[in-house]
Amino acid sequence: MSKVLMKGNEAVAKAAIEAGCKYFFGYPITPQNEIPEYMSRELPKIGGVFLQAESEVAAINMVYGAAGAGVRVMTSSSSPGIALKQEGISYIAGAELPAVIVNMMRGGPGLGGIQPSQADYFMCTRGGGNGDYRHVVYAPATLQEAVDMTMEAFEVADFYRMPVMVLGDGMIGQMMEPVEFRQPAKRELEEKTWASVGTKMERKPNVINSLYLDAKELEDHNIRLEEKYNTIIKNETRHENYKTEDADIVFVAYGTTARIAKNAADALREEGIKAGVLRPITLWPFPERAFDELNCKAILTVEMSMGQMIEDVKLSVNGRLPVHFVGRSGGMVPEPKLIVEKAKEILGGAQ
Amino acid sequence: MAVVFQKTKGLTDLQTHYCPGCTHGIIHRLVGEVLEELGVLGESIGVAPVGCSVLAYKYFNCDMQEAAHGRAPAVATGIKRVLPDKVVFTYQGDGDLASIGAAEIVHAAARGEKITTIFVNNAIYGMTGGQMAPTTLVGQKATTSPYGRDAAVVGMPMRVSEMLATLDGAVYVERVSVNNPGNVRKTKAAIKKAFQAQINGEGFSIVEVLSTCPTNWGMHPVESLKWLEDNMIPYYPLGNFKKVEEGK
Repeated sequence: MSKVLMKGNEAVAKAAIEAGCKYFFGYPITPQNEIPEYMSRELPKIGGVFLQAESEVAAINMVYGAAGAGVRVMTSSSSPGIALKQEGISYIAGAELPAVIVNMMRGGPGLGGIQPSQADYFMCTRGGGNGDYRHVVYAPATLQEAVDMTMEAFEVADFYRMPVMVLGDGMIGQMMEPVEFRQPAKRELEEKTWASVGTKMERKPNVINSLYLDAKELEDHNIRLEEKYNTIIKNETRHENYKTEDADIVFVAYGTTARIAKNAADALREEGIKAGVLRPITLWPFPERAFDELNCKAILTVEMSMGQMIEDVKLSVNGRLPVHFVGRSGGMVPEPKLIVEKAKEILGGAQ
Repeated sequence: MAVVFQKTKGLTDLQTHYCPGCTHGIIHRLVGEVLEELGVLGESIGVAPVGCSVLAYKYFNCDMQEAAHGRAPAVATGIKRVLPDKVVFTYQGDGDLASIGAAEIVHAAARGEKITTIFVNNAIYGMTGGQMAPTTLVGQKATTSPYGRDAAVVGMPMRVSEMLATLDGAVYVERVSVNNPGNVRKTKAAIKKAFQAQINGEGFSIVEVLSTCPTNWGMHPVESLKWLEDNMIPYYPLGNFKKVEEGK
């Protein structure tokens, strides 16, 4: 299939359909509106369902119902809307249902703004909802990655029976790049014999549920979930090393910010300063072990926030190296110059 | 000897956790009987609420989903949109449906979502220990209205059936009561009509069932039934608020 020039949000929506998602429940919020708009146009053509819910809360609970009925289903939103969806995400995780959630982040807190941001790192990697749960978080840096990860997200969600989030930002959602739609490696997926589709009086009822009133039963459930999460940490953690091998300073950045950090690293190398980028591709599981291989003098975390991922960076580095931060927030996008200057300051080269 | 009565296949054999005198058990049985009599038990998916009937997913003998507080109509919407040929119902209490889930029930009705809601109104939050609900009557004592519900502070109790009946998408809306055998029979007839409306693809259907809560009302079961008749029915009149048009 040849490449087509598409807007990020539409590319993500098309990727979902290509992955076999025929059900979408959403609610309008900028800057992700092209996803529900695309779905409302395209899903009826293939016998699918697009439904605009009365709220983000309702949308995610519709996703719960549809996922429980055994189909591939997606919702998308942006930061304040994702905050509202956290209730449902916790229930989906607890009931072990597969679902894909797209978050095109904007600035916060509160109503914040509508410009690109990465200030939902805590909410999306820590489990913004209640209870002991985790879900995979993919952080695409290009639209091709956004497409590939959206398609992969459905496989991963089905394979582990869990919610999976694709975490972009307003930049990823709104910009255009050429993309192609390639099917991900198919995983061996079991038939969804657990789904609530009617017993036909041929089997015992299936129950989709996250309630365990017996404390011991709930603890056993939590332990089983933890074992699943440990398997995911082992098998699904992804990152990219960009010129880190000989680097004196390594930038840690994901998504949109990683692209800017790469430009900054290249600019520094032209000046003879060895810089590289470690790019987490999955934010949960976080590529902790990737930091063990770094032999640099310092680490600079770059985010479009006031500094959130830096906590995971510090935990991973575990005091072995100095960890610094530079970033912009509120919808301001850092320029390479900001990163270059901070790097020089750290390495003692600032004038 | 001829069998004159037997437990419906619509319920599992599990003993329920409901308090003595609580009418949830009757309403469960009626729903189970209707699903069995309509021959749709194997084609049904129920959605349980949060509240006293949170464990309903263990009692109905069909596929079930447990929803978050108030979200049952949204969950049921997700199921029905995926499985339009199946019978999908929610079973919800008054705290769940009329308070935290007010948006979900209103919009499910407005969309004409082809689901059936069994709405059990006992004018109180039962599971959490007797707090005031949107349906608690004026002057009625609850643990969060210890001096009786004061309309000047929290407004008047909500009449959900009357409100939902104003929506075009709601095609069958009826309020019934299970306070005496005659009304129990009428309740079953209403539940059957509501499910029939769904099966016929007419739209959203809801049966509001006035119910008792002896434990949290602080009354004997028989006193509770009398209290319901004397206090609830005058404020929440029984009857049909919306009928599927004949021959439609």
